[in-house]
Amino acid sequence: MNRRDFLKSSTALSGALVIGFYLPAGGRAFAQAPAKMVYPPNAFLRIAKDNTVTVVVKHLEFGQGVQTSLPMLVCEELECDWTKVKTELAGSNPVYGNVFMGGFQITGGSSSVANSFDQMRLVGAQARTMLIQAAATQWKVKPETLKAENGFVVGGGKKASFGSLADAAMKLPLPEGVKLKEPGQWKLVGKPTRRLDAPDKVDGKTVFGIDVKRPNLHTAVVMHAPVFGAQVKSFNADKVKAIPGVTHVIEITSGVAVLGKGYWAAKTGRDALEIEWDIPPESATLSTERLRADYRAEAKKPNGAVVKAAANADALKGAAKTIVAEYEFPFLAHAAMEPLNCTVEAREGSAEIWAGTQMPSVDQAAAAKVLGLQPAQVKINTMTTGGGFGRRANPNSDWIVDACEIAKAAKVPVKLVWSREDDIRGGYYRPMYVHRAEIGLDAQGNILGWNLDIVGQSILAGTPFESMMVKGGVDATSVEGTADTKYEIPNLAVKLHTVALPVPALWWRSVGHTHTAYVMETLIDEVAAASKQDPVEFRRKLLAKDAKFLAVLNLAAEKSGWGSALPPGRARGVAIVESFGTVCAQVAEVSLENGAPKVHRVTAAIDCGTVVNPLTVEAQVQSAIAYGLGAALYSELTLKQGGVVQSNFHDYRVLRLSDMPRVAVHVVPSGNKPSGVGEPGTPPIAPAVANALAALTGKRARVLPFANEKWA
Amino acid sequence: MAKFYVNGEAIQFNAAPDTPLLWAIRDHIGLTGTKFGCGMAQCGACTVHVNGEATRSCVTPVSAIEGKRVNTIEGLPDSPVTKAVRAAWLDKDVVQCGYCQPGQIMSATALLAKNPKPTDEQIDEAMSGNLCRCGTYQRIRDAVKTASASLGTKK
Repeated sequence: MNRRDFLKSSTALSGALVIGFYLPAGGRAFAQAPAKMVYPPNAFLRIAKDNTVTVVVKHLEFGQGVQTSLPMLVCEELECDWTKVKTELAGSNPVYGNVFMGGFQITGGSSSVANSFDQMRLVGAQARTMLIQAAATQWKVKPETLKAENGFVVGGGKKASFGSLADAAMKLPLPEGVKLKEPGQWKLVGKPTRRLDAPDKVDGKTVFGIDVKRPNLHTAVVMHAPVFGAQVKSFNADKVKAIPGVTHVIEITSGVAVLGKGYWAAKTGRDALEIEWDIPPESATLSTERLRADYRAEAKKPNGAVVKAAANADALKGAAKTIVAEYEFPFLAHAAMEPLNCTVEAREGSAEIWAGTQMPSVDQAAAAKVLGLQPAQVKINTMTTGGGFGRRANPNSDWIVDACEIAKAAKVPVKLVWSREDDIRGGYYRPMYVHRAEIGLDAQGNILGWNLDIVGQSILAGTPFESMMVKGGVDATSVEGTADTKYEIPNLAVKLHTVALPVPALWWRSVGHTHTAYVMETLIDEVAAASKQDPVEFRRKLLAKDAKFLAVLNLAAEKSGWGSALPPGRARGVAIVESFGTVCAQVAEVSLENGAPKVHRVTAAIDCGTVVNPLTVEAQVQSAIAYGLGAALYSELTLKQGGVVQSNFHDYRVLRLSDMPRVAVHVVPSGNKPSGVGEPGTPPIAPAVANALAALTGKRARVLPFANEKWA
Repeated sequence: MAKFYVNGEAIQFNAAPDTPLLWAIRDHIGLTGTKFGCGMAQCGACTVHVNGEATRSCVTPVSAIEGKRVNTIEGLPDSPVTKAVRAAWLDKDVVQCGYCQPGQIMSATALLAKNPKPTDEQIDEAMSGNLCRCGTYQRIRDAVKTASASLGTKK
């Protein structure tokens, strides 16, 4: 939606109070704010005659609960009736920029609630002030004599609904210097609040991107190259066109698209395609086996980019004991439940897109480029989305670009739908990594030095984020959680060896912490074990100066019954990780069942600052644990002759209900601003389980997933 | 041409008889509550009831359901089991992204219709064919138990 459209559609909502507001960039992850930000003052809130309040949610709802927590923040200050709150997801418009990310419209980095916390409360407070002012003017009293209560302005024996005041209030200027409530005055924030989007989801009524219906809509599927880096050389569509329901066969940049009336016709058509591929020689020999050998050899080379140098480079020379550990992490697909999809209607001079996307403005620009339009001519309808975990935040907008190329060539409305096989084999993975650590200990088990070499692809190289987050050959997302560890480790040295591959890389829930936390937390355990120290007690010593870490660690230890007796055949393991401004500790209780790891209980403690919705925090920590645990136990993608061996959930295994441990989530009370919640629960689970398995079996899993290890 | 019933309505299906029921429901009949997740009966997002049995519609060709009664999430019978499951799902605030939840609810209602008092093992067995990448499993277990308990008290 361009700015003019935005104003038009907003002003068309007669009788509605609409309000918008923008805070200057807080600049946490991204330093600079855009120079100028002038926005229509009506972006976040509408109040209708019947007193319903519609909150426009600026972030993508893909499970993390923003469609409830952001309205809670607005409602807290607005004093509206929570039972009359409705929501809609915002389209692409700079006003919906992420306050922490220089105004870029991004749902990611576990920042949705954190960056909205002040902004959404102020939206509510300003609207309330305007409504009170409108009533005061109407009743010829001072606004100080009135208050807002559950959707009404009341005072002096009079009462008027927000809906009846909205017209007048809308004409008032935005008030300045509005004060927000103190936390002690909150009625909604901090209270367990059930999700606003649940009833429709339970009834199957929610319209996801894949459910979009449009007139004359054609379903498209694409045959992508079976080998990374390959291009279409030639193709034969004779058999395809004979299949009933197939309407178009179109070559696009990434492969060949087949269109049909419905998915099954298109998919059947694709199955009949004959394509000859141009396979680059370097792709043809690409295999996990080769990468494993190459990465391990690279990790031993001295030429890595220096992330952190040791104060004493010879610290390991006098060690009484040296721990040498090499770790391997596989490629991982995000495998969100809703396969990628995108609906496009390309018209003369404009286009409309329906998609679930974490970066609508990036996708809008990419679509415009393909369609030969200005970004403002492309309207993005953000759809409720069946999971993302980073896959729907692609700086290359791969699936959006595909859909636009198809729609442009076919000249019909198109819904591109990926199959699960397309998703598992289509790239944009958590990259494969190898870590090599050498730790020197003195005779008492004290750390003398700690060298860490990390080998893997850069996620951000070649993207618009590169200039901000890749410095001196170091992609911040490859090394986060290592050099910046809160453990007091003398002579810690970290180097990064960046590898280029034709396999597209992308962030995957908790990004670099998916591998760095595993290495750091299992090694800390191993160091503790080397001098027979309790893993919790050992961590307390190395974290003695950090009150936040200690409080989280102590809460997890206490609630898990750390140190108490367990039934035979069970063991506990602990891990504590800071990510996205949040500290999360987990204690996992494991056993072996039929020779395989079984996780029974996980006790999690978290300090994520102020909690807006406790039900969401609990759900997100459970979710993050399930996501990380499935990957740790089962998930891996392997390459052979340049392609991916796995194809669907039968060989790319993820967590099932029968694998789910009982998770208890405990929150460290905090008066700080909210920090991340969606991702910080993921990094600790794999090392906590690995540490428990080591306590149980003496084996330390160096190669993920754990299914690769013989445990019994 | 295949004939069957979806949510009580007679359907005459004229497209290819190997078309999976999932795509007949979604693309031809236009009911989108039943979801596509894997296409090979691995994830359960497409679960419907065929003559009351939880069935993966993505691998069930329409030719195999001739004359049968199909119920989707939109057409669950207005029964005590349906009401109990819906109420428990809301009470336990189960959903996250929600994409897999119609399938979860179809599996849970099929389980409880046959066995209103499932053991923990029986719940795990009936529900482990339904993947949830948001990891709502703990609340799903709790909701099935809550629904089961409420069915008990009404008898």
